[in-house]
Amino acid sequence: MAVSPLITRLGLALVTLFGVAVIVFCLLRVVPGDPVAMMISPSATPADIAALKARYGLDLGLGAQFMLWLGAVARGDFGTSISLRRDVLELIGERLPATLELAFAALVFGILAGGMLAIFGTLCRRTPLEPVLDFLNGLFLAVPDFVWALALVLLFGVFLPVLPISGRLDPSVPVAFATPFYLLESLARLNLAAVGDLLAHMAMPVLALGLPLAAIIVRTLKEALIEAMLQDYVLLARLKGMSPLRLVVQEALRNAVGPTLTLTGVQFTFMIGGTVIVERIFAYPGLGNMAIDAVINRDLPLIQGIVLTFGALFIAINIATDLIAALLNPRQAHG
Amino acid sequence: MSQPLLSIEALSAISTRDGGQPVLRDVDLTLKRGEVRGLVGESGAGKSTVAKAVLGILPSTVKLTGGWVRFEGQDLMQMKRAAFSALLGRDITLIPQDPQTALNPARSIEAQLTDGLRLKLGLSRTAARARALELMDEVQIRDPARVLAAYPHQLSGGMRQRILIAAAFAPEPKLVVADEPTTALDVTVQKEILRLIRRMQEAHGTAVIFVTHDLGVVAKICDSVTLLYAGKVIEDGPTARLLNALRHAYTRALLSAGPRYDRPDAGLEPVPEAVFAQLRAEIGLSQSNSEGPRS
Repeated sequence: MAVSPLITRLGLALVTLFGVAVIVFCLLRVVPGDPVAMMISPSATPADIAALKARYGLDLGLGAQFMLWLGAVARGDFGTSISLRRDVLELIGERLPATLELAFAALVFGILAGGMLAIFGTLCRRTPLEPVLDFLNGLFLAVPDFVWALALVLLFGVFLPVLPISGRLDPSVPVAFATPFYLLESLARLNLAAVGDLLAHMAMPVLALGLPLAAIIVRTLKEALIEAMLQDYVLLARLKGMSPLRLVVQEALRNAVGPTLTLTGVQFTFMIGGTVIVERIFAYPGLGNMAIDAVINRDLPLIQGIVLTFGALFIAINIATDLIAALLNPRQAHG
Repeated sequence: MSQPLLSIEALSAISTRDGGQPVLRDVDLTLKRGEVRGLVGESGAGKSTVAKAVLGILPSTVKLTGGWVRFEGQDLMQMKRAAFSALLGRDITLIPQDPQTALNPARSIEAQLTDGLRLKLGLSRTAARARALELMDEVQIRDPARVLAAYPHQLSGGMRQRILIAAAFAPEPKLVVADEPTTALDVTVQKEILRLIRRMQEAHGTAVIFVTHDLGVVAKICDSVTLLYAGKVIEDGPTARLLNALRHAYTRALLSAGPRYDRPDAGLEPVPEAVFAQLRAEIGLSQSNSEGPRS
């Protein structure tokens, strides 16, 4: 991709983010619930309430509040969390890496599992195994992430308690982390005990988030692969004596991967939305889990900050998807 | 050399759809070494089915019901899977119809031109590349090194077809099946490609089965012709004799149905219905099937 379209995309991304900011700001002020009421004791006087409202700027008009908040955000000041009484950006900085590690682990799992099963399914075409695979694929497509989460807790937490059901890291693992990217840091330091424990904690949420993604990838990619396998160049390669696996991987895969790639980008944004509920179920200390607390506490600055972060993340994923698609397209890659 | 290179005897096939409609009816065809044989007919006449049967790539909608395909005396239908696979791509190769879809858009020309040499002849990467450069020269591609590094979308249709011809002749096959190799090309390019196939065939002593619906193409390139209608052989013989004698009314009608380059305003004349009626009666097709054969 040339430079100028990329700049256009980034400019559009800013406009989109502004739109997200407007919507989240307005929505939060339309839904019922008074943040101040959540903070004060029942014995507070009207004067106390007024003072508190003034302190958070809630006594101003809606437009003035928005301009005040947007100006601060532009300077990198997302305000102070009402319920946690800490800087919003700092809180997001602590929690976002946990969510990113979880989401990317689920993405990698979904792509690997989905990709391999799609290739396997293509190789199994016109065998008795094909209807079985298609049936299972349909089943997995129908089960959403939170149902997987609950089923997995029952399976590996209760009946066959082999995996931890909550948290990110067992307190008994003695490590002090310099960054909030625990998994990356442990991998970089080759601290295998920590890596093992982190992965054990991530296993069930990753499965819950990654299985629906894998199911969608299998469905789309297998269809595209079968279509590509009918092309003349695959026939010629087969006459040259290429093995079936090589035919699928070398001849068909790269030409079939386009639609799946775009879909995976979209599904990845959905999956990040899914982290909210899945992190809650597994008490995983990520951004989504904190979002639910923020909503329960009517913590307006924190909710706004989290939603904006998710918005920026979605836009970044979309741009990344387009870039990868462009790189994979030989027409763009080779002039 | 008494033994023919390829002999097809009483080959019959039915469509698994259409309630078992016959696709081929007792087709006989003999091909000598180095012979160029035109396999001519309308869409659905069965010419492609014969070609695909030789290559063992019949679609699942067609089922062979009888007959033999012998290549150098070996029955291809009874051959072990592995032995047949070894034969394909080495002794029997294919020039496909559409150069747009026959080259993988994601792989370089070098990769696609050399993988047959490496897989079938066991050449090393460098040896295969050297051979590929020779072949490119032989099919008159200028600047072969640059073309080898290119991707299909960077080349014209005629150029791509030259590369596919080079790939088909690369392993020094005994038989090349050319499946309407000029149909998807411009008329001007068609002539060059026909000449190229003929020259390659003569230089390498390769036999060619040339599938086409165009008797004009047959006149230019083929030593002999097998004309099919509704899965049955209507005429069979040397091109010159066939085109001079025109024994069958259908052959005559088919030839006059083609466009006349010397009289471009003349328009196209369809084959008269009476000729079809006579044909159907001869090969025992029911009168109700007035649509003629379907592909």
